[in-house]
Amino acid sequence: MSPEILWLIAKATGQTLHMVGVAALVGSLLGVPLGVFLATSGKGELFAAPMANRLIGLVVNAARSTPFIILVVAIIPFTRLVAGTSIGTTAAIVPLTVATVPFVARLVEAAVREVDPGLVEAARAMGATPLQIVQKVLLAEALPGLTLALTLTLVSLIGYSAMVGAVGGGGLGDLGIRYGYQRFMPDVMLAVVVVLIVLVQVVQSAGDRLARHFDKRGRRS
Amino acid sequence: MPIFQTGGAAADPLVVFDGVTKRFSAAGGAGEVAALDGVSLSVPRGHITAIIGRSGAGKSTLIRLANGLETPTSGKVLVDGVNVAGMSEAGLRGIRREVGMVFQHFNLLASRTVFDNVALPLEIAGAGKAEIANRVSDLLDLVGLSDKRNRYPSELSGGQKQRVGIARALATEPKLLLSDEATSALDPETTRSVLTLLKQINRDLGLTILLITHEMDVVKQIADDVAVIDGGRIVEQGSAFDILATPRHATTRALLAGQPGHRLPDAIAGRLLAAPVDGGRAVLRIVSATETGGTLLADLVRPLGEAAEVIAGSVETVGERSFAALVVSLPPYQAEQIVASEPLPDGLLSAEVLGYVA
Repeated sequence: MSPEILWLIAKATGQTLHMVGVAALVGSLLGVPLGVFLATSGKGELFAAPMANRLIGLVVNAARSTPFIILVVAIIPFTRLVAGTSIGTTAAIVPLTVATVPFVARLVEAAVREVDPGLVEAARAMGATPLQIVQKVLLAEALPGLTLALTLTLVSLIGYSAMVGAVGGGGLGDLGIRYGYQRFMPDVMLAVVVVLIVLVQVVQSAGDRLARHFDKRGRRS
Repeated sequence: MPIFQTGGAAADPLVVFDGVTKRFSAAGGAGEVAALDGVSLSVPRGHITAIIGRSGAGKSTLIRLANGLETPTSGKVLVDGVNVAGMSEAGLRGIRREVGMVFQHFNLLASRTVFDNVALPLEIAGAGKAEIANRVSDLLDLVGLSDKRNRYPSELSGGQKQRVGIARALATEPKLLLSDEATSALDPETTRSVLTLLKQINRDLGLTILLITHEMDVVKQIADDVAVIDGGRIVEQGSAFDILATPRHATTRALLAGQPGHRLPDAIAGRLLAAPVDGGRAVLRIVSATETGGTLLADLVRPLGEAAEVIAGSVETVGERSFAALVVSLPPYQAEQIVASEPLPDGLLSAEVLGYVA
């Protein structure tokens, strides 16, 4: 492989990491509170608001059932508004983030719902405010689950990021298609796939390890 | 550690349930179910008051009214003179910091060490780091877990977990401790040691304890006062001694059925008849106690005459007093004579015919 090609792969890897990193960060900042809200706003729950819960649930479902590639083109006006342009790596971050928020929200909701309701009752009996319950009980106890949720999000984002080549987003997927497929360079295709596999492996094992570290519930045999 | 002073006045109870009713909408939306139906009950300061009942009797709902985890449909719940029924969540938070609670399944945070679990109520109340460190160390000493301070709950036995639960409930120096079936998930030996700890806390700190349980053994070991609840109503209440020695209501008797002094041998229980038969005998239960604490053997034997056969018997200690219960069989006319005497023969607390055998 020529040094130019290697440089292209390195550059594409950087673009992928950039897109995935920013989308994961912003997506989590918005998705985690949304997920906590979904998990705690049902009837009779901490922030009981059943109407809002159902409404947001609908929006989240709608966003999650829209194929990502359609979402990318459908929100181009919004992307232009936020990023100032609709093409390039920075622009690609916008649809990636929009897709991440509902994804994270559902995973966080599931993780938070796993927390024993008895713990919430105990905290209420101590005189905890709802925000203290979220911070000291729900998020703290769900931490292993949240770590796995974030890991899954990163892995999925790496996959999604391959599709944003459609709007000139760059990244590894784009490189694979343009050089590996359209220019008949199987070695570039192979290299791209290998880099992606390594990325996913690293993210997954780091996430698993971190989740195990946070999990103090003890191994059940 | 400051100790709560308790005025000994029984006339000024710490908790008063006054005509409390709680209805839940029934599953499927068809009508309502009354979990509590006009319950009135006082919890004297410095006492251990037990509410005993079968599961579904309403005792969980009742204890949760005392710290506002449940709100009554009607009636008042006074905690130290303040009506907590219908109070706002913000108002309740203040009350809850003065009321500790321990739970059947401990409800410890798996993500926190023993130390941090006990520290949680103090963090919630906004205590400083140094204060938390001091207070938690004292509490872990009190419950005998100083050496486990950096362990996680998953590394502890059930009894140790409940000791952490108790230390946590005491962290904010509450004036009332609520115990929700605290020993029901524990084996008998651990149950005894946890109950001993609760009794010790009650005695040493003068802390008022309101507990719910379905086990008469718990009542026997630590309660001063007992209320028996069934179908959302208090069916009988009194001192632990009176309830155990001379239960009146059918529910109380059913809850006591397995206890020594109440349990009949299977062979007798199986062939008990409602009416006497010719040449048969009556099965009589008599209970006796003296003011000095023990029982005079003569008090038990004197009224019975020579024809009585002993079927079962026991001596039970409740608090500082004990009573003797004897189940005997004797000719029916003799049994009925004893039961009908007014007053009962010297020293007898109660006498009743349980049934007849052929």
